[in-house]
Amino acid sequence: MRGHPRSMKVLRPVDADEAVRLFSQHPLALPLAGGTDLMVSWNMGLLNDKTVLDLSEIRGWTGVKKTAAGLSVGSLATHAELRDHPEVRRSFPLLAQACAEVGSVQIQNRGTIGGNLANASPAGDTFPALAVYEARVRTVSKHGRRVLPILDLFAGVKKTVLAQNELIEAVDLPFLPSRPDRQVFRKVGTRAAQAISKAAAAGLLWLGKGGVVKELRFSLGSVAPTVRRAKTAEAFLAGRKPTRRAVEEAAELLAGDISPIDDFRSTAEYRLAVCRNILRSFLGAPPSGLP
Amino acid sequence: MKRRPAPHTTRLPRKGRLVITVNGKKRSYAGPAFKRLIDVLREDFGLTGTKEGCGEGECGACTVLLDGLPVASCIIPVSQVSGRKVETVESLANRSLSPLQRSFMEEAAAQCGICTPGILLTAWSWVKAGGSADRDAIRRHLSGNLCRCTGYQSIVDAVVKTIKKRGGR
Amino acid sequence: MTKPGIAVGRSVPRVDADAKLRGVAKYIDDLRLPGCLYGVTVRSTIAFGAIKKIEFDPCCPWKEAVIATTKDIPGENCVAVIEADQPLLAPGRVLHPMEPILLVAHPDRNMVWQALRHVKVTYEEMDPVLSIEESLARKQLLRGTDNVFKEYLIEHGDIAKGFAAADFIVQGEYRTQAQEHAYIEPNAMAAWVEADGTIVVAGSMQCPFYVQKALKRIFPDRNIRVMQAVTGGAFGGKEDYPSMLAGHVALLAVKSRRPVKMLYDRSEDMASTTKRHPSVVRHRTGLTRDGRLTAQDIDVLFDGGAYLTLSPVVLSRGTLHATGPYACPNVRVRSRAMATNTPPNGAFRGFGAPQTLFAAETHWEKIAAETGLDPLALRRKNLVRPGSVLATGQVLKESVSASEALERCVRICSYDKTRRRYSAANRKPGPVWRGIGLALVHHGPGFTGSGEVTLASRAAVALEADGTVSVLAATTEMGQGEATVLAQIVAETLGLDMALVRVATPDTAKVPNSGPTVASRTTMIIGGILMKAAAKLKEAVAEELGAFPTTAAGLKKAARKLCAKGPLHVEEEYQKPPEVVWNETAYRGDAYGVYGYEAIAVDLSVDRVTYEVKVRRVTASTDVGRAIHPDLVRGQIAGGTVQGLGWALTENTVFSRGRMVNSQFTNYIIPTFADAPDMDLDIIENPYSRGPYGAKGIGELPHNAPAPAVAAAVRHATGLLVPDLPILPEKICHGLLAKGRKGS
Repeated sequence: MRGHPRSMKVLRPVDADEAVRLFSQHPLALPLAGGTDLMVSWNMGLLNDKTVLDLSEIRGWTGVKKTAAGLSVGSLATHAELRDHPEVRRSFPLLAQACAEVGSVQIQNRGTIGGNLANASPAGDTFPALAVYEARVRTVSKHGRRVLPILDLFAGVKKTVLAQNELIEAVDLPFLPSRPDRQVFRKVGTRAAQAISKAAAAGLLWLGKGGVVKELRFSLGSVAPTVRRAKTAEAFLAGRKPTRRAVEEAAELLAGDISPIDDFRSTAEYRLAVCRNILRSFLGAPPSGLP
Repeated sequence: MKRRPAPHTTRLPRKGRLVITVNGKKRSYAGPAFKRLIDVLREDFGLTGTKEGCGEGECGACTVLLDGLPVASCIIPVSQVSGRKVETVESLANRSLSPLQRSFMEEAAAQCGICTPGILLTAWSWVKAGGSADRDAIRRHLSGNLCRCTGYQSIVDAVVKTIKKRGGR
Repeated sequence: MTKPGIAVGRSVPRVDADAKLRGVAKYIDDLRLPGCLYGVTVRSTIAFGAIKKIEFDPCCPWKEAVIATTKDIPGENCVAVIEADQPLLAPGRVLHPMEPILLVAHPDRNMVWQALRHVKVTYEEMDPVLSIEESLARKQLLRGTDNVFKEYLIEHGDIAKGFAAADFIVQGEYRTQAQEHAYIEPNAMAAWVEADGTIVVAGSMQCPFYVQKALKRIFPDRNIRVMQAVTGGAFGGKEDYPSMLAGHVALLAVKSRRPVKMLYDRSEDMASTTKRHPSVVRHRTGLTRDGRLTAQDIDVLFDGGAYLTLSPVVLSRGTLHATGPYACPNVRVRSRAMATNTPPNGAFRGFGAPQTLFAAETHWEKIAAETGLDPLALRRKNLVRPGSVLATGQVLKESVSASEALERCVRICSYDKTRRRYSAANRKPGPVWRGIGLALVHHGPGFTGSGEVTLASRAAVALEADGTVSVLAATTEMGQGEATVLAQIVAETLGLDMALVRVATPDTAKVPNSGPTVASRTTMIIGGILMKAAAKLKEAVAEELGAFPTTAAGLKKAARKLCAKGPLHVEEEYQKPPEVVWNETAYRGDAYGVYGYEAIAVDLSVDRVTYEVKVRRVTASTDVGRAIHPDLVRGQIAGGTVQGLGWALTENTVFSRGRMVNSQFTNYIIPTFADAPDMDLDIIENPYSRGPYGAKGIGELPHNAPAPAVAAAVRHATGLLVPDLPILPEKICHGLLAKGRKGS
């Protein structure tokens, strides 16, 4: 269904200033990074006669830099780079794991973290990990630069709060204050590889004296229009011992933090049940539905 | 597998010709910048070994190596590969089949053959990077290439055989 | 395994391997056709209704395009398969979504898709029939007076007596979904018109003579020549649909007087072309206290879609396999294929048998659950043996391997021990539940009943002037390896090196009609015909020269002597074995000359957190009569098994108003490398005296067993019997949660 490639205009900025300038001149241009989403839409015939702002050659938006406070990941960093990066694997293993489970090797080699964020799919696999790491998104536009907490970036299904000429430059990952006692990333897909998530979860747990929950960060993807932190459940468990009863209560509370739906990929009941089970097993309680 | 960062720093011509190194030879291209890499390979360069199976980057039949890494050529505009190296199935054999291709022949790992070029390239990216002969690791690496004929077993056998022939484990 | 001959029994390199591995094999899209146009299809967006108006948006430069409508069809507007009820282009009304309405061709491949956006079709919509239930209820009449395309009834013994004698009576209902073939090369075809007016069609297909026959009805005054291009997978999906596509592309070629290519994209292919028939099968079974069958009452319903196409024969095979490979003295099988407003369902590996065998085999689990009897013991007690009588009255005479397959499979996977071990482990905490489940199936290779007699297939071998032997048949290579296997059979019979045997490309102008490449018939039936032809060629040459030469030089010399006036050509026709007797009217007798048998064990785990199923190992013991090419046999078993696992677990076709909505590889989930398990493939060779070198067909059998074995293993793991495919984690979750609620 795609149209003629001649109908597409390609702009190729080489630095951030040029990108912002071109984007202001062509406000309807579609930003393109690795193309793993945009090119699928093109093949489906949804993008004919458009202008494309190809960001892939922008200097300074690539790679992973280490600072005293954390890592700064360029928006053009691919999932494969993050999957294999030693510092990401050491300090942000849930992100590395999420990147290893995105699509296929072919997609990981092309898809970028910035493109993934800007696309804002409810099923974005890196988002639950970025949410528990409390990543911050750095953007640039003709109005200057700003920093957004990851959860504030998303406005809805495939929608961000980015202004019309605003582009993602980098994602900052602050180092965790201490090593978590437990961590989990779980992607629930339709098959073992190359799956769009039906649910995804990331969790970090710090325990205090006597096994009391010092801090719990638990986030869920594909079960609401945007990635969610399980705020109610987190708050409920903070300061409590994760007894079977407490965990059960927290699992019940998850229902208030998310809004899963029935669609052709799955059901709301399944999504909720699985999110609860992931929380239960993360906190050491048995899942429900024993035969 | 170790991966080096992608060379994103090449300065590209804005207009006119693109130069791409395809199977070791510099080729120039002067058509629309947004033409898909698979179409440039097949239509402009006559390299019809690269197949289209879905147009969604999902089936892997169009896999080529871009700077040595497997990518889906149906979802890449040709402008993004300017100045870079592309390898297609046609690069694997010279007069005789490569050891990987020979293993595929010995294990009857190509049936209808439409997914075979893409699978060969993804498998080659694993073998040449010193990937292990662990069947699950091979399966994970190849999971972006769908095959509907073989049930995958003979292909995994062929890749394991190639790695062992090269002294790998 | 039997000792290999010079070619038979050896895993020789495939004759097509070199070209496919180099990427130089020419699929139809790889063929350059100078001056060719690209064609696309305007399709219905509704399920059922009348076409009121077709408008062409004036903003489009239609002058550059060629448009073909029903008015351009010189002969009948039909796609002839069994009947000719399906139109080539919808004649004023549409019966299903994605039904072809008109065709557009344009020289620019990139522009032609755009045309689709600028044709506006206005409909008067009617309320469609979207399920078997709605069809039975006659929500609308789509076919005859009852929406039934075809009905069969098998009655054997006395069913009432059988139930009266039963200690247990167990009922069950089983459902299966449509399955997409998901060949990696979508349907694709090219056509052009020769100077003498002959229409030439080339493309991806299983059955060149089916296409030719269909085109003759559309173009009654033309010569039609059909050639197969290298075909990127088919699995039944390129059995009848290519006749439709060939009609379209030929129509555009005739109208434009240019070569035309039509290449479906993935989404169009998935949403428009045939699928495996969805089914509902109900069993009522009587058994004695010790588990012996006394009565099987089986009701089979298939969703045929909007047109008849192949439904009668798919239903027939489903009906004939509905009892499973078991002997029961009192049987009734009633089956019906129903009309609905969905795209026609068609051939898919197994051809109706996977649906009814899923029900038959899964029903053992239900029986086990209700009677407390062991599913393995139940099978052992009732499986067919030499001398057993099937429901059609067929007495099984030779190559009956149900018991051997079951016992070998059970031994290889240590079934009993594994089962006990998993049962114990499942009672303790852990990340997963483990399960192992069995299925035992059969499959009749070759056409059903008198099908092979009606086809009267012909195939030939020829000594060519260049000193090679050619194999001439319309039988198509679609990945299964037929070209290699047929060459092996001919080489073995002639005592020749494989390199001296060439298999001709199927081309209706050059090869005899060996029938369609379907029904697991190629090795057994066509191989058999070729073996006879080769033996006759050998005899003819030996008569002239004293002996048949077996060296390249000797053959060259012989060719110089004997082929002065052209190749020495021996053509043979299928001969029915006299002991195989079928009565089509009574629907009784030997439905198939012989059966293949397979037992498989599926070993899997169910995640206790996500209910995801991971198949860990499959053990298959499969009787093929004789493995002409052991690696290709394993290739068929491995490939069929993984397709069966996909159908069982993930391949969920989702329809909305009759249209498939997940018609993309992203959303129609076939197994990847990471989903497919390692498989223990145990080939059993129990030769069939009428098969070449003892071979029986193997193409479809492996698709029959995986789904019920998965259902059994999931039950073992979770205690839950999921009677409808696919067994999605959602169904396991909902089932377990419901059970938990009931329990507490």
